[in-house]
Amino acid sequence: MQLEELSELAAEIQESQQHCDHCVRVCMAAGCQSSGAKVVFDALSEKTAESEHVCVKGVGCMGLCAAGPLVEVTSRGQAPVMYQQVTEADAQEVVDSLGGAPVERLRCPSDMPFFTSQHKIVLENSGVIDPEQIKEYIAADGYRALVHAVTEMTPAEVLREVDVSGLRGRGGGGYPAGLKWSTVSKMPGGDKFVVCNGDEGDPGAFMDRAVLESDPHRVIEGMVLAGYAVGAAHGFIYVRAEYPLAVERLTKAIRDATKQGFLGQNICETRFSFDIEIRLGAGAFVCGEETALMASIEGRRGQPRPRPPYPAQSGLWGYSTLINNVETFANIPPIIRRGGAWFASIGTEKSKGTKVFALAGRIRNTGLIEVPMGITLRDIVFTIGGGVPEGSQFKAVQTGGPSGGCLPEEFLDLPVDYDTLRQAGSIMGSGGMIVMDQTSSMVDVARYFMEFCMDESCGKCVPCRAGTHQMHALLDKIAQGHGSVKDLALLEELCEVVRAMSLCGLGQTAPNPVLSTLQHFRMEYVAKLQEHALPDGGPPASERSATPPAESQETTS
Amino acid sequence: MTDTQHITVATAWLDGCSGCHMSFLDIDERLFTLAQKVDIIYSPLVDAKELPESVDVGILEGSVSSEEDLKKAQEFRRHCKFLISLGDCAVCGNIPGMRNLFPLDAVLHRAYHENVQKNPQIPNVGVPRLLPTVQPVHGVVEVDLFVQGCPPPADVIWHVLSELIQGRTPDPMTLTRFGK
Amino acid sequence: MMKPATPSQVRVVTFKINDRDVSARSDETILQVARENGIRIPSLCYVEGLSVWGACRLCLIELNGDSRLLAACSTRVEEGMEVLTDTDRLRRYRRMIVELLFAERNHVCAVCVSNGRCELQNLAQECGVDHVRVPYRTAVYHVDASHDWFRLDHNRCVLCTRCVRACDEIEGAHTWDTMGRGINCQVITDLAKPWGESKSCTGCGKCVQMCPTGALVRHGTSVGEMEKDRGFLPYLSRMREAEWE
Repeated sequence: MQLEELSELAAEIQESQQHCDHCVRVCMAAGCQSSGAKVVFDALSEKTAESEHVCVKGVGCMGLCAAGPLVEVTSRGQAPVMYQQVTEADAQEVVDSLGGAPVERLRCPSDMPFFTSQHKIVLENSGVIDPEQIKEYIAADGYRALVHAVTEMTPAEVLREVDVSGLRGRGGGGYPAGLKWSTVSKMPGGDKFVVCNGDEGDPGAFMDRAVLESDPHRVIEGMVLAGYAVGAAHGFIYVRAEYPLAVERLTKAIRDATKQGFLGQNICETRFSFDIEIRLGAGAFVCGEETALMASIEGRRGQPRPRPPYPAQSGLWGYSTLINNVETFANIPPIIRRGGAWFASIGTEKSKGTKVFALAGRIRNTGLIEVPMGITLRDIVFTIGGGVPEGSQFKAVQTGGPSGGCLPEEFLDLPVDYDTLRQAGSIMGSGGMIVMDQTSSMVDVARYFMEFCMDESCGKCVPCRAGTHQMHALLDKIAQGHGSVKDLALLEELCEVVRAMSLCGLGQTAPNPVLSTLQHFRMEYVAKLQEHALPDGGPPASERSATPPAESQETTS
Repeated sequence: MTDTQHITVATAWLDGCSGCHMSFLDIDERLFTLAQKVDIIYSPLVDAKELPESVDVGILEGSVSSEEDLKKAQEFRRHCKFLISLGDCAVCGNIPGMRNLFPLDAVLHRAYHENVQKNPQIPNVGVPRLLPTVQPVHGVVEVDLFVQGCPPPADVIWHVLSELIQGRTPDPMTLTRFGK
Repeated sequence: MMKPATPSQVRVVTFKINDRDVSARSDETILQVARENGIRIPSLCYVEGLSVWGACRLCLIELNGDSRLLAACSTRVEEGMEVLTDTDRLRRYRRMIVELLFAERNHVCAVCVSNGRCELQNLAQECGVDHVRVPYRTAVYHVDASHDWFRLDHNRCVLCTRCVRACDEIEGAHTWDTMGRGINCQVITDLAKPWGESKSCTGCGKCVQMCPTGALVRHGTSVGEMEKDRGFLPYLSRMREAEWE
């Protein structure tokens, strides 16, 4: 296929979509589905089945998950109207309003900052197109970058665009994508692999899930482009099995893309071939770590191994392998389509482009957002997120998942980029953002995240396996008010050792929530120590708290 | 440490086999040298019934397993300027600590019911109540020096004491280890 | 299990370990070169002749002027690197690692068959573990004495996986593996069946010889009698490699 053919095909599809006067989009992403979007969709479809002028579409995530199920109506010649918390019973009213005045009681103000302050690149099609229809993706300029690249660009030119874009890995590490890609491309000889990491396991994070569910072709296109650029012929998408909808849509997308000639043998009648297989994760968080992920793909126990060698040098089955996460690949098609320089014009000097965040916790507008790098945390939490609910007081925002840090009020004006967040004691991570109010005890928060890391430690290296266990026990002791000054000192020492000595990122970052809460909320720990403080030399906590069992009291005293 | 040539020493055994004290006696003829430098003012080896108000060096053998042990450890900490954990039981729980794998009731039942044929009963008069978990001495009070070994060899004990007499802090790690 | 990729061209490099000039082949690891030169770096999971595992983290070293630590067993030497193997920081960290191991399972040296011949015990002495600051977990572990000749005591296991690798890479039986995550991780024979019922075990005893502690022992060894012969494994490994070349 040549570019002109693709353009014709896109124009054709666009034209065929023109026949309906009213397009009703129902968010069918996991968030809205869990609040009943499916029945709303069915009701709307049923009630408009007769009408030729109305089409009802299931689309991907619209972002404002807090207000789901979301429905958007676009009528010819009118501004789109968004409805929130639509129920089955509202369907008739919505259908009746088509062509007339909108249903005011259901309206979701789409001019609120939540929508207007975002900058969508990765999510540009999310909530707009039907993710299960490849046609809709094509009509929205989809696969344009792919066709353009394989027919008119050399792999080196593709690499250059990625390099110029300044894109950094969105999985958490922030390693420059261009550098990684060119390393893989330069590795001599034989087969190479492209792996997409969709093992999103952070509690409260659903960025990759939304992308895979709302716009799966974008990820496929990004991977094929990567394969072309680095000289790989095989790709794997590693998705956690907990995302059945994403898996279903990806499976269909891969089939459709293969049928259309964007995947498989001789893509666009060129000599370039590339195929993609899906691999399901079995629920281990550590498999998001690249070397563990590769072990899992190979069918071995999902455990990390020391790096170097990096996957680029020795990856899947020893072959050079490029691993990026879902969001990174999703950024590639627009970069190739619009040029690396365009992408580099967005964001900050060292962190280019946009970042998708999943807002959760004590915040009004729970949901999925995409913002330019360099935006302040305050803008995200208060302007876009709408701040904490009435009667609550903002206390901290936790960025970067279980291994991120908690930042208090005074850090809210920091620009959000990889390096600033790291300096502040947190990380960008993959983009989870959890807002906490005054009801959250920071010791409990640290304990919760430590419990997560302890449960998810693979058990291979000593500091992570035994260290997270000991840190959790100490946090538990402190949280219950039995901790001593000595315990706190020991906790800090363990943090240092586990961070410096662990084999992989899981262990190395596991102490972050403790360290950041100790840095910014130390008083909360100290207050806990004082709660039940006994003079030094008293019996240890385990004895103090336990009431002696009645029986042993009788029998032994 | 005091820099006087004559120091006072108190020793006690908590939950242990007294082997560490035996090992202490194994320094043999060096006991005479020691006697010129050291006053053992409280110990199972001497007659004193009360721990004096202030002692230079306290030496504890055995782990903290009963309320009596706990009291003694705390008493030693209060009265001794320098406290030594002597032997693996004191340092790491060792053999007494192996009962921590089981609930206390199960341990008592095993010892006083299952393994006794005549008139099985758990003793409850005149014996201190056992703690739910056995702890090393540093689990309940601050300890200044740890001397490992089961028991620590006589030479190590001699080294520790003679260093202390000379006003230095001994480093027994090169001479002994867990289980020695 | 993979060996680190071998660079296509091997050069000779010179660098420093603890301010001492050493030379090495560029495909050697820091730990190998240190051992050749008689410079001691503590380690537990590394054994000459088996693949690199990188899990005990005791062999971590510092590079002068770099705050990151590198595992000596898995890091290849580079021209001009300045390796420091025994800084205050490393000593402090190693001590904590050994303490964590002692607290993790039930290591009672005084009544262990490997008392006096145990690598963990020696490491405790070497790393200055005069007592363990973290609380002992005191979790209950089984002893599997079902095998005719050997015994597995999980209480003493440090999960170095030397048995797993020796069985897989040298004997070729792959009787051993690990199961469970995190603190619940443990070594298993076959699919977590009693060792005595294992169909794959050849009874060669390499695992027993490889075990650094008293976790794997011959039956009939009483306290302090369990002597292990570790020299045979590098020999077997070398012979096999020579055969393949």
